[in-house]
Amino acid sequence: MRVDEKLALNAFKTDKESHIKINHEICRTRCRIKYCLFICPGHLYSYNEENNEISVEYAGCLECGTCKIACVEGAIEWEYPKGEYGVQYRYG
Amino acid sequence: MEKIDVVIVGGGLSGLACAYRLADAGLQVIVLERGDFPGSKNVTGGRLYLEPIKTLAGNMLDSAPFERKIVRERWSLFGEGNSLNIDFTGEKFRTNPHSYSILRSTFDRWLSERIMEKGVFVIPKYRVDDIIRDGNKVIGIKAGEEEIPASVVVAADGVLSFIAEKAGLKPKMKPKNYAVGIKEIIELSEEKINDRFNVEKDEGCAHLFIGDVTKGMFGGGFLYTNKETISLGVVVGIKAIMEKAPTIEAHTLIEAFKERYEIKRLIEGGSIMEYSAHVIPEGGYNNLSKLYGNGILVTGDAAGFALNMGVTVRGMEFAIASGILAAETIVEAHENGDFSEKTLSLYETKLKDSFVLKDMYNCKDMPEFLDNDAFFTFYPKYFPLFVEKVMWFGEGPKEKIGSTLWKELKSSGIMSFKRLKEIYSIKNI
Repeated sequence: MRVDEKLALNAFKTDKESHIKINHEICRTRCRIKYCLFICPGHLYSYNEENNEISVEYAGCLECGTCKIACVEGAIEWEYPKGEYGVQYRYG
Repeated sequence: MEKIDVVIVGGGLSGLACAYRLADAGLQVIVLERGDFPGSKNVTGGRLYLEPIKTLAGNMLDSAPFERKIVRERWSLFGEGNSLNIDFTGEKFRTNPHSYSILRSTFDRWLSERIMEKGVFVIPKYRVDDIIRDGNKVIGIKAGEEEIPASVVVAADGVLSFIAEKAGLKPKMKPKNYAVGIKEIIELSEEKINDRFNVEKDEGCAHLFIGDVTKGMFGGGFLYTNKETISLGVVVGIKAIMEKAPTIEAHTLIEAFKERYEIKRLIEGGSIMEYSAHVIPEGGYNNLSKLYGNGILVTGDAAGFALNMGVTVRGMEFAIASGILAAETIVEAHENGDFSEKTLSLYETKLKDSFVLKDMYNCKDMPEFLDNDAFFTFYPKYFPLFVEKVMWFGEGPKEKIGSTLWKELKSSGIMSFKRLKEIYSIKNI
């Protein structure tokens, strides 16, 4: 099963505003490897060549925080979604 | 808002255990939980070792919703196309169970309901944004515009603990000190689980995997049987996957794991019910946060209380124990009306006298010991291979068993000084 299909099995409540903010300037100037593109268990980060920007589909975030730890350059500003938003695990 | 005795940030196991004990002592407690209900943001492998906290927890977990008591322990070394397993079971594990598989969404919610019956306010959907300070003293928390003043704040907000970080108690999170666990819940009937794992009703299996499951990276696979589901997943070191060349996408590891012959048969016909991920502290004793400050205590994962012992992984009983010991400390501080750092340092003393810091200390060299590629590449490759060479019968006469094994052992390099030194160093961990 594809990872996006797996995410679709989860219960999410999506805020209008993203809880993950990316400082594109840091990505462009300081980050060579872009760990976020392969380290996210939800595979939510992608790179857009046209505008040279990383984007994240925050609605599918599993809230593990792996990207925050792996983003050693500090481009990812990550906080928990506001109360009542985000993933709601039914098994955990 | 009027000042209350204790604000606990996070309705996970350590926060709830802390609240339980504080309520018994008659203190005024609020538990703030950002999810829809306690447990809704939590993930475990996993199993809870109950025996270490039996005395501390008292009747707290009586009639708790355990999934299965673990009576079968399995470990597998995964080579690329073969595997070698150890399968242990013992009467003692069946008659005197010491650990249980659990699911956090059910378990934590149950515990929170018990606590609410005791008069504790558990407020869900409530994200704490900051602490309030008075000089170097923590005097409450802040959520949006709302402030809740308290005599003491308990940071029970998990491995990423923003509260301990804001209080300046948490070391910077470095990739080498953390792993990520990626897990699927797979539904299977109770009978199928009993049959496939060779266990009776309510009995279960804990299975750890090492080697090809992480493509040689630090980490491994896990499988725990629940009542009518299986928790199956992969844990991989964050630094290990960052440095892996060529690059591997983290989410693909669990798919490859499920494709393995050994796993495929076990989960056949099961449906995936949930996909989750959670970060795990791997830094051990040397990467704990500072455990207390003026008006604040840090418990559970937030403090770094998790232990990879190689043969098993632990965390939840540390969380419960630290929550209870934090509560005992707060009760004493409350009696003296003094929540200063000096008084709250009693928490660390209590932890040192308990299995929490004793076990963490005894395993303090484990992270360094496990930071060795050989455990994830060499051993999982060669041990199954030795068996394969001995057990394969081809055309013509079979070579002598002993000399076959000897030849393989020699050519593998397992008898080299480097390997023997490695094996010898087991005595230190």
